[in-house]
Order: sequence, then structure tokens, then C-alpha cells
Amino acid sequence: MLRRRLNRLFGGDEGRVHSRTIYVGHKSCPPNEAYIPPKFCDNRIVSSKYTVWNFLPKNLFEQFRRIANFYFLIIFLVQVIVDTPTSPVTSGLPLFFVITVTAVKQGYEDWLRHKADREVNEYRVSVLEDGRRIRKMSAKIKVGDIVEVEEDETFPCDLILLQSSRDDGTCFVTTASLDGESNHKTHYTVADLESDLQYLSATIECEQPQPDLYKFVGRMHIYRNSQEPDVRSLGPENLLLKGANLKNTQKICGVAVYTGMETKMALNYQGKSQKRSAVEKSINAFLLVYLFILVSKALVCTTLKYVWQSKHDETWYNEKTQKEKETNQYLKMFTDFLSFMVLFNFIIPVSMYVTVEMQKFLGSFFITWDKDFFDPEIQEGALVNTSDLNEELGQVEYIFTDKTGTLTQNNMEFIECCIDGFQYKHGDGSSELDGFCVTDGPVNKIQQKAGREREELFLRALCLCHTVQVKESTKQRQDQNDQFDQIDQVDGLGLDHGFLDPPQKEMGFIASSPDEIALVKGAMRYGFTFLGLESKNMKILNRNKDVETYELLHVLNFDPVRRRMSVMVRSKTGDILLFCKGADSSIFPQVRQEEVERIRMHVERNATEGYRTLCVAYKHLSAQEYARADADLREARLALQDREEKLMAVYNRVETDMILIGATAVEDQLQDEAAQTMEALQGAGMKVWVLTGDKMETAKSTCYACGLFKKNTELLELTLRTLEDGGRSREERLHDLLLEYHKKAVQDAPPVKLGITRSWSVAGHDYGFIIDGASLSMVLSSSSEPNSRRYKNLFLQICQNCTSVLCCRMAPLQKAQIVKLVKNSKGNPITLSIGDGANDVSMILEAHVGIGIKGKEGRQAVKNSDYAIPKLKHLKKLLLAHGHLYYVRIAHLVQYFFYKNLCFILPQFLYQFFCGYSQQPLYDAAYLTMYNICFTSMPILAYSLLEQHICIEVLLEHSTLYRDIAKNAMLRWKLFLYWTALGIFHGLVFFFGVRFLFSNPALQDNGQVFGNWSYGTIVFTVLVFTVTLKLALDTRHWTWINHFVIWGSLAFYVFFSFFWGGIIWPFLKHQRLYFVFANMLSSVSAWLVIILLILLSLLPEILLVVLRKPRGPHARQLAEGGLLQASRSLLSHHFPTST
Amino acid sequence: MVKEEQEESSNRPDNTAFTQQRLPAWQPILSASIVIPMFVLIGAAFIGVGVALFITSRDIQLQELDYTGDDSEHPCFKCRTNTEKCTCSMTFSIPTLFKGPVFFYYGLTNYFQNQRKYGASKDDNQLYGDLNYFTSPSTDCDPYTRDSKNMPIVPCGALANSMFNDTFTLSHTVNGVQKIVPLDGKGIAWWTDYNIKYRNPSITPLINAFNGTKKPTNWPKPIYELDTTDVYNNGFINQDFLVWMRRAALPDFRKLYRRITHDDYAAGLPAGNYTLTIAYNYPVHSFNGKKKVVLSNVSWMGGKNDFLGIAYIVVGSMCVVMSIVMLIVYARFKFGEDD
Repeated sequence: MLRRRLNRLFGGDEGRVHSRTIYVGHKSCPPNEAYIPPKFCDNRIVSSKYTVWNFLPKNLFEQFRRIANFYFLIIFLVQVIVDTPTSPVTSGLPLFFVITVTAVKQGYEDWLRHKADREVNEYRVSVLEDGRRIRKMSAKIKVGDIVEVEEDETFPCDLILLQSSRDDGTCFVTTASLDGESNHKTHYTVADLESDLQYLSATIECEQPQPDLYKFVGRMHIYRNSQEPDVRSLGPENLLLKGANLKNTQKICGVAVYTGMETKMALNYQGKSQKRSAVEKSINAFLLVYLFILVSKALVCTTLKYVWQSKHDETWYNEKTQKEKETNQYLKMFTDFLSFMVLFNFIIPVSMYVTVEMQKFLGSFFITWDKDFFDPEIQEGALVNTSDLNEELGQVEYIFTDKTGTLTQNNMEFIECCIDGFQYKHGDGSSELDGFCVTDGPVNKIQQKAGREREELFLRALCLCHTVQVKESTKQRQDQNDQFDQIDQVDGLGLDHGFLDPPQKEMGFIASSPDEIALVKGAMRYGFTFLGLESKNMKILNRNKDVETYELLHVLNFDPVRRRMSVMVRSKTGDILLFCKGADSSIFPQVRQEEVERIRMHVERNATEGYRTLCVAYKHLSAQEYARADADLREARLALQDREEKLMAVYNRVETDMILIGATAVEDQLQDEAAQTMEALQGAGMKVWVLTGDKMETAKSTCYACGLFKKNTELLELTLRTLEDGGRSREERLHDLLLEYHKKAVQDAPPVKLGITRSWSVAGHDYGFIIDGASLSMVLSSSSEPNSRRYKNLFLQICQNCTSVLCCRMAPLQKAQIVKLVKNSKGNPITLSIGDGANDVSMILEAHVGIGIKGKEGRQAVKNSDYAIPKLKHLKKLLLAHGHLYYVRIAHLVQYFFYKNLCFILPQFLYQFFCGYSQQPLYDAAYLTMYNICFTSMPILAYSLLEQHICIEVLLEHSTLYRDIAKNAMLRWKLFLYWTALGIFHGLVFFFGVRFLFSNPALQDNGQVFGNWSYGTIVFTVLVFTVTLKLALDTRHWTWINHFVIWGSLAFYVFFSFFWGGIIWPFLKHQRLYFVFANMLSSVSAWLVIILLILLSLLPEILLVVLRKPRGPHARQLAEGGLLQASRSLLSHHFPTST
Repeated sequence: MVKEEQEESSNRPDNTAFTQQRLPAWQPILSASIVIPMFVLIGAAFIGVGVALFITSRDIQLQELDYTGDDSEHPCFKCRTNTEKCTCSMTFSIPTLFKGPVFFYYGLTNYFQNQRKYGASKDDNQLYGDLNYFTSPSTDCDPYTRDSKNMPIVPCGALANSMFNDTFTLSHTVNGVQKIVPLDGKGIAWWTDYNIKYRNPSITPLINAFNGTKKPTNWPKPIYELDTTDVYNNGFINQDFLVWMRRAALPDFRKLYRRITHDDYAAGLPAGNYTLTIAYNYPVHSFNGKKKVVLSNVSWMGGKNDFLGIAYIVVGSMCVVMSIVMLIVYARFKFGEDD
């Protein structure tokens, strides 16, 4: 994606320089020309956001860019400027607290970044200047400097490898900090350079910095004795990236090409785009409603105030000040409006944001802590990269899963091969293996075998055609003898035929894909062992224990478009061979056709069994052919622009007219409990789509194995094969098929009510849909615009009515396209992508929730995911238990928060009608401030962290429970209205209950009367108790923490009120609450009214709780299953079932 | 091996009840079998309390006398717009013994003591006896901070300035002779207001503390002359002043004026004819207010208030009715399940 965008930028902007020229060692080249040092940025890395000076303004600016903070700031400023009923402290204090905490947190994080930056920037590196080694700070490296790096050091900037201490001009690096891949990668020096870099006079021309880690094009001009300069091509294999570590190599020298913020690592350092959960969107919608309520309340009060004032002249006992009299009427109205806003602003509390953030942050720990997610194999548990999406896990409707490494283990095992159309199956027992090696002929089931020559050719091809490296330990490198020892060992082992014995294990292979290792190991079983690559020579040990050496001429790398790779080697005898392996569809067109049919049969059979198949072909190259290919390749590699396209063209030209020798079948085992997990997820109403780059047959068999397709599933296929049937143009056929499938799956299917997730009970009409990449791109980019939209809709509708969808032959970008398509379809369903490889990153980033599997294909997916789990089976608990609970918790948290602030502020609003709209607060400032911070915040936080309205086991057992909360069920407007109505009801009860009591304010038995602060305190006491007990009623899972916080909060309220009213506070202007609370408690009537109002408020709640129970079909099902308790707790919750 | 195990445990999540969300928990079930008896019990208790409250409230005697004088027939009509000192008297009769102790309230209607500006218009530091604030009162008191000659007003502010200044005498007609009923002005304000929150400056005589200050403009006499007979009822701790300074919650309110606890009237006001003589000073006509005098006795629940008793009975009955409804629903559901 990024690369494309950048390329577009590049292409579009002709005025920009396309390449930069670097003078190696800052020497003018050619020597006689004047040297103008070019300007590049220095090597200082700045990842920190702030400096000491700009921290305060910049941080504050950033914090107040958040709408909520800005709103609170405005309220605060209004309080400071305008004469408002509550002191600025009431809203300033919470805001100050929030801002300070955030600032401290961000400051600390930035300090850590500063520290890390300083460490990197002040790191001492060796730079060669005029033949001398100079120690320099890393930050001072300039482009063109020759830098020396020793083993295990990190490269300080992007370097072109000039010299390595290894004889073969290679070095090994690990790029764990860049892309998370911990395997060793080989990089090569620029060929044929002077051994003494001091005398090297060269320039490097390379592209401008760009973030793609795996792409680099450049050219090096080497000037020798004023001849025409030699030109060498530079590719990613010559480029050492900043952040990578040098391994297995004593030291290297390289010239800096990109420094500082222009290094690929720095360019890749970008924050991920923020994902927002559906709940957050609901919160914002509710917030708008409340903002509307707030503004209308203020407007109503302002209007009424002036209406009232027109009727009531200024009273003699409350005259206006001179200033007030002089103020403009409209200005007064405006300030009155602001005052009312301030008075009611508590309806949208700062603390809600804090509580929601805290809930998410703390709640995510339960995922990391869950020992069920711990995988003993990799010694890791789940990882939470963002806690913002916890609740989204409970809302998933579509799951897009990768196949390899996600549904399957990516644990490749060589199963069988087919040589010349004869099947060679590797037996289970070791005895057969014994026989295999001793008899020099693989046992085959069909009792036939190909010629020995063919066999060996095939096995050699397996041994040579790959990019596998042999992992060597440091010892071996230091002592060549050791290596021979090991060869001996292998040799010996080969004789013993026990390649699983411990010593053998030491000889590991490293490769970018596990298939290759499986193939190399497979060849080993048949007697051909790959010993490694040494200075462009590949060594293999053949069946006769002879070491054969091949000179590696070219590697034609794998790419997803060609879907094959080749190597060109020269054997001892001087023959030049090209070995090619790749997907059947990409090999068959490139080989002589006579062989194809026999092998195609095997390949297809293997594919339906769920194996990954590869075809192997070879070709003899004549000297002329090779010379031409060699020249073409070199030329293409030197190209600065469109190098990839040019290379591809050469590859395609070379890889033709080959001879097919055979095919391999590698099994990729299913993940543990893959089928059960899929069944549970489907039971939970989620649609599972498999998006894979694999071929259709393989993917289909995996789908069957996972239970995504069942026996009675009718498969609707939209692939190149079905498109090419019937002999009409693809476009027409596509049109027909789409219509046909649409009729079948959508129109003829029984109508389903809107809004309800389709249940699986549409049995009999169970459809599965298969589409491949080529067909998909036809659907998505049809020639005419109206057609394309129509096709898209048809496609979506078909897919949405199918239980499972399989998309095979997908390019990574297409995966993301599909996710985007579904994400933006009608109803905006919540999507989840799960994958383990770099090819899944795009869809992981695209989906609402991205899940990475800590698999074998590096850590790219994990790094870009929102959550990472070790295995697919953990997805079940993550969604069904954690997701469900988090959703219920946060939904309740949100509703409760709005509710409790509505019934908090409503009495204050009503009081305005009784105090001449004078903005008199009903509650004391301390209560206004503390209500959300102290008195009612902890119980809901504890609830939102600990609540299990249904216990985890039941949630896992009954996946259908997940459907109850689908489509944001607990935050629908209906429920929001219910909570709002409840809040209004409570507010009215609180206010008018006390209002009627105060019709005679003589409430004490000594005849003394209560004033306005007593009034407010009684209302407030009822309020605090009611909202807390309301939460207690909703709590289905009382741990000691819940008890502690709920009763503790109430006790704290009482204690605080005594304390607050018990002392004359010197810093207060008005001692409003002095002994008000204690006096209130001395009145029996106050006690009685408090008890009465609490009970009256909660009565409907209790009634609902009791009466709702007998409804709902789930209740009975579960009750029959002996889970009465769970059903009760489920149903006692607010409308979780669809109503 | 041991080391390996340690390493393993370092990465493995803690297996505690808390981290695994397996804390022992009580899962309350509000089943009908619990709720119905609970409701019946609560309902019964509420009805019981309600009946007790209702009876108590009914037994409280109340004598209300409106003396605003809006009606031209009213004896106080003449004082209504009179700015001069004016007294009027009303007679009323008490048919049966008015059980003591009897509390004497004055009541005002349509009087917004709960307005924000009005309520904030005072200086608590002044009232706490802090002399620094005598000379420079808080600006909260505007426009009652300083008089026209820019002298600081003590006590400043609208609240103090508007202190209720009607005075009453109650006389009992015994055998045709007017006998003054002694009114007790002690204990009408909150104990904490009288003893802690409000204080006189510790200067004797009190008048010296007020040098350089002015009395509130509406007051006929300065604060240190509110009750010259009793030092402990003078100045800021004058109980009438304290009662006034505790703002009423609603625009129609009553405040305690006196208690009748002395002499022959300790047991109550005997049946008979009484005359209430009012020194009519306080203007309420301008804002359509009403003034009244309320004589009432109190019970354990305070003054007369029918609301609580009725509310308790209603809520109690609701509980009982709900429990019956629930019983029916529950029974039906049970039968349904048996099918």
C-alpha cells in the first residue's frame, strides 16, 4: 500500500530528483572532478515528540485537540471569566487531574524515547577516514562515510556492504527489530572491490529514501585509473539496514547511503492508524444527545429566567449591583446561558472518559493474564497491542482468516512426491526408510518407478532449487575442521538413517518459507542432503555419500505474481541447468506438454487431500542460451527504474520450455481444535471467510477439514475454471454466474428478518462460495462502472447468504480489498481478520479488529495486529468469553454513566424552577465535584472489570449466547432511551420526593427548620445510594472486590459528608455544608424520606428483574441443560436478548 | 532443568483466581421465591410506618394566621403600604388545648431566599467575627457592601440586609384580661450556627468592634443592638439573625420565631381566645408575598407533614400489589413449564 502510494508520488512528481549520488568516502569521482559535498540529513534519530521547552505548550495543545478535553476547558474558562454558580475548581480540578496524569504519562514515555534516542545517537562507531579509524558518535555519521561494524553490533545507518571479514563476501544479519524475523539473512558485498577501501574511488547512485524494507535499487560506479568506470548493480542484498544486527561475521565495512530520519527504519516508524470501536461511536452519539439535553436545558432556563423576570420586578431585598444594571441585556442573557451550561455541565463528566480508558486499559490485562492463552510451545501468552478494541471482540460478525499458519499449523511435512508420474510415498515406519536407502530405490506404492536418473535429477532439483541456508554455529565458522566433522557426522547419520537423532537436529535450515525446508528435508530422506552454500558453490551429498558441487549462477527469486522460483547452476561437468519449482498453474504453461497430464492427476489428487503441491521442472541451458540469459539478467539488475518489471520479463523469458520432472506434496497440518473453533464461531453467528493465497483445491480441502464446508454444503464456484466453461467470454459468464448464484442463494432462500443475524437453521440451503483472485478482480473492476457496482452488490449479497466463503489465490492487497468491501457493506458489520504472515498485514490493518497469530512466518502480523494469540484455538475464548464479557461490561458502563449523570443533574435543573432561575446549585460544590470522581466511580469501574453476567464456561459452551449481543445490542437507541427514562424517573423522584417533604421545612423534633443545603444534601444522599444500589442490582457476579467497592463507596460518602461538614474549612468562602449532614441524620423524617425514595426508585428495577425472567427461548434450553443459574443471570440483564 | 522451569514460569501468566477471573463470587438470584416474600415484608413494614406517620401527622395541631393584610377587611390592611411604624392585632381562638411545646413560626411566600446572588451575598468571615473583614467586606456582598458614604457595612450583603423584622406578641385573654404569653427565643437556631459558625468579635463592649462600620441600610438599629438585654443573643449570634441567615430551600417557607415553653404555657396553649399583636415592618406587598404566623407543635417526625405518611402507605401498598402480581405471573410460568 505504502509503496504504491509512494511510487505514485514519485511518478507524479517529475520535478523531483529520482536518485541521489553518494561519493564513497567523500572523495571526488572521477578524481579530477571537483567534489561538491551534497547535502543530506545527519544521522541523528529523533523519535521523541517533545523537547523540554516545547513540552508544555505542545502537549497541552495536543491534549486539548481532543473534543472532550476542549469542551471541559471551555467550561472551565467560562467559569473563570463569567460569574457562574459553581467555582472554577469544581470542573478545573478534575480536568487538571486528567490533563496532568496524561501529560505525566506522555512525558515519561517521551523521556524514554529521548533516552533511547540519546543512546542510539551517542553510540560510538568506527568511521574510516583516509585510511584511519576514527571513533565517532553515531549521530555524526554523514552520507558517504565508510563505517565499520563489528559482530553483534547494530548498524547505525543504512549501509552498502563493501567489505566483509568472511571470505565469501557475505555477512549475516538479523532483522528482528525491523520486521521481527529472527532468522539470519545473507547479504553480499559489492563484487570485485579493492581490498583496501582507502583507495576506493566510487560513487553510488541510488533511489531516494523510501520505506520499503525489501526494495533497493542502486548503481555503483567504480573509477580506476581514469578508465571508464565499472558499474555494479546494487540491490537489497547489498543494503544493510539500520536497526539490523550483524551476526556470524566478525566485521564489515559499508558506506552510508541513508542516514538519520531517512533510513528505512525511520521511514517505517509510523504510528498505526487509530481504530475506533463501535462502542466508542455509540458513546459519541449518546454524547451528542446529552449535549443537546444540556444546551436545551440551559436554553429553557435562560428563557424562563427572562420571562420570570419580566413578571417579577427586581425585589427590594435582592437588588442588582451597579455593574449588572449597566450590562447590556443581550450580553447578560448570554452570560446567563453560559452560567446554566456550567451549572448543568456535570451531565457530561470528565470522569467518564477516564473511567472508560481505565476500564479498557486494566481490562486488557485479563487477556494477557489468561493462562488459557499460554502456549507452552512458544512460551508466550496473548498480547494486547491496543486496549481500545476489547469490546469489539464481542461484536464480530465476519471473520477473515488466513489459511496457512492460521487454520493450519504451517508445520510442513513432506508427504510424497511424484516423479515422472510415479508416486513415491514416504512410509511411516523407519524400516521402509531403511529399505529406501539401502536398496537405492524409493519404494513406491504402485510398484512402479521412474528411471533412476529421473529420480536423482528430481532429488537434485529439490536440493538445489531453494534459498535455504544451513544454520551454522560460530564454532564451525572458526574451525573448518569442525565443519568437516559435521559432515562426517551427517554422513554417519545418513548411514544410520536416523535423522531425528539429536545431533542431526543441530544442523538446522533457515528459509523464508517452511515449504522449502520441508522439501530439503524430504530430499534428505531420499538420500540427498544439502550441505550448504559456500562462496557461490552449493554442495550436496548424494546417495553414494559423494559431495557434489554446483556453482550457483543465478537465483530467480520467488514472487507472488510468477508463483515460482528458479536457480541456475553449473555442474562440475560444466552443464548449465535451470531448476524451477512453483505452483502447478504457473509451471504447466511453461513446460513441454507431454509430461503434464500424468502429473496433473497426481497434483490434483494431492490438492484435494489438503496437501500443498509444488511442481518441479528443469531445463538444460546451452552456453549461448546461458550467456544471453546472464547478460539480460545483469542488465535488468542494473536498471534503476522499473527494475522489477524488467527482471520479471527476463525471468519469464528464461523459464520457458522446461521439462517437468515431478511434483511434491507437503502436508500442512490443521491447527489444534481448528474444526471445533470454527464450529463455535459459526454457532456464535459469525461468518467465516477463508482468504488464502493457496490454490483452490488445497484451500477447499482445508475448509472441509475445518468443517467450514460440510457434506451438504452446496458449493457455488466463481473461479477461472467455471468462468471458462461454456466457451463464452469471461465477462458474460461472470454475469450469468453471479445472477444464477444470486437467485439460488439470495432470492430462493427463505426470507430472514432484518437485523437478526442469520441463523444456521437454514439447513438444507447451506451454501458455500468459492472465488479466486482473478475472478474477484473481475468482479471488483469490471469494465463499466454501473456493472462493477452491480457485480459488487451481487457478490456481497451472495456471500452474505453463504455460511462460509473461500477466497483463494488472493494477493495480500486483495485480501484487504475484500475486508474493506464487507466492512463498508450495508449495516457496516464488524470484521475481524486473523493471520500470521506478512501477507496478512494488509487485511489485519484493514479490519475492525486485527488478530495476529504468533506463528512461524515472522512477527509482522503480530506487530501490526491489535491482539496477538499463539494459536487459532484461542480465538474462541477471546471472542466468546472475553469479547462477550468486555462488550457487556463496557456497554453497561456507558449506559450507566449517562444514566447516573442524568439523574444527578435533573434535580438541579428542576430546582431552577423553584429558585427564580437564579442558577442556584442544589448540591454543594464538593458534592458536584466528588460525585463522579469518588462516590460513584469505583463501583462501576469494578463492575466493568469483574462482571460475568454469565460465567465463562457457559459462554464457551453455548456459543449461541454470542448472538444475543450482536449488532451492538446493548447500546441500541431503545436501550439508551430506557436508561434515559430511568434516569429521568429517578431524577423526578429524588427532587419531588424531597420537595413535598419540604412543604414543611420543620423536620427536626426540636422544631428547627432545614434550609436549602439540607434540601440538596437529602437529594444527594438519595441519589448516591440509589445509583449505587441500582448498580448492585445489576451486578450478577459479586466478588469481594465488588462488595468492598460498593459498600465502601457508600461508607465513604457518609464518612466524607461528616468530615466535610464537621470542620470550618479556612479556604472556603462559604461554610455551606457546616453540620448540614449531621443535622440531616438527626431528623427522623429525613431518614424516612431517604429510605422511601431509594426504594421507590428501585422498585421498577426489581420488578423488571423478576418479571423478565420467564421469557426467552434460551432460558429454557439452558435450564434444561442444568444451567438454570446462568439463564437467570443472563435474562436478568437488560435486554440482552433481541426483543 | 531447574533454570528452564524458572524461565518458563517467568513468562507464564500467574495462575491466581484474580488474573484468571475466577474469584469466588456470589451470584444473587432475585427469584420470585425470594422477592415475593421480601416485597410482602417490605410492603407491610412500609404500611406500618406510613400509618404511624399519618396518625402522628394528623395529631399535630396547627394554627395558621395570614397577616399580610391584602384584604381591606383585615386588621393589618392599614399597615400594608405604611412605611411608618405600624402595629395591628388579630384575634383567634383555640378550641382545645394546643399541646406543648408550641412552636411559633413566621412564614413568607413568594420570597426567593434561595436565589443564588442573594444567598451568596454575605461574608462568612465577618460573621465569624474576623475584624479584618469588617473594614473590607467581601465583594460578594455587592451592592450591600458599602453605604452611600462608602463606609463598610457590617454585616454586609443582601441576606443580612433583608432580615425579617416583624415582631410579635401573643396574649391570652383570660377572664377578659390580656395575659402575655411568654415567648422563648432560645434554641430556635441550629446549635452549631449559634456556637461555632457565627461568632462575635472578642471585644467588649461589642460596640467597639463596629467602629468605622455602618449598619445594613434597611436595619433600624445596628447588629450589636439586636438584643441589648442578653449578651449571648446579641450581635452575630442573635438567634433571630441566625435563623434568617439559614436560607430557606423553597420560595414558600417558614422559619422558627419562638418557642412557647414557659410558665403556664409549658404544657401548651389552653383553649381560649388569643390576640396576636404584630409590629408590621416587613414589606412583602411589592413582590406579592404573603406573611403568616404558624403555631404548631411537633412530634418525633418534626412538624406536620402528611406527605410522608401517605407516601409510605402508597409505596407499601404498591409493594404488596406487586408481590401479588408477581405471584400470579410466577404461578403461571410454573404451570407453563410443567406443560
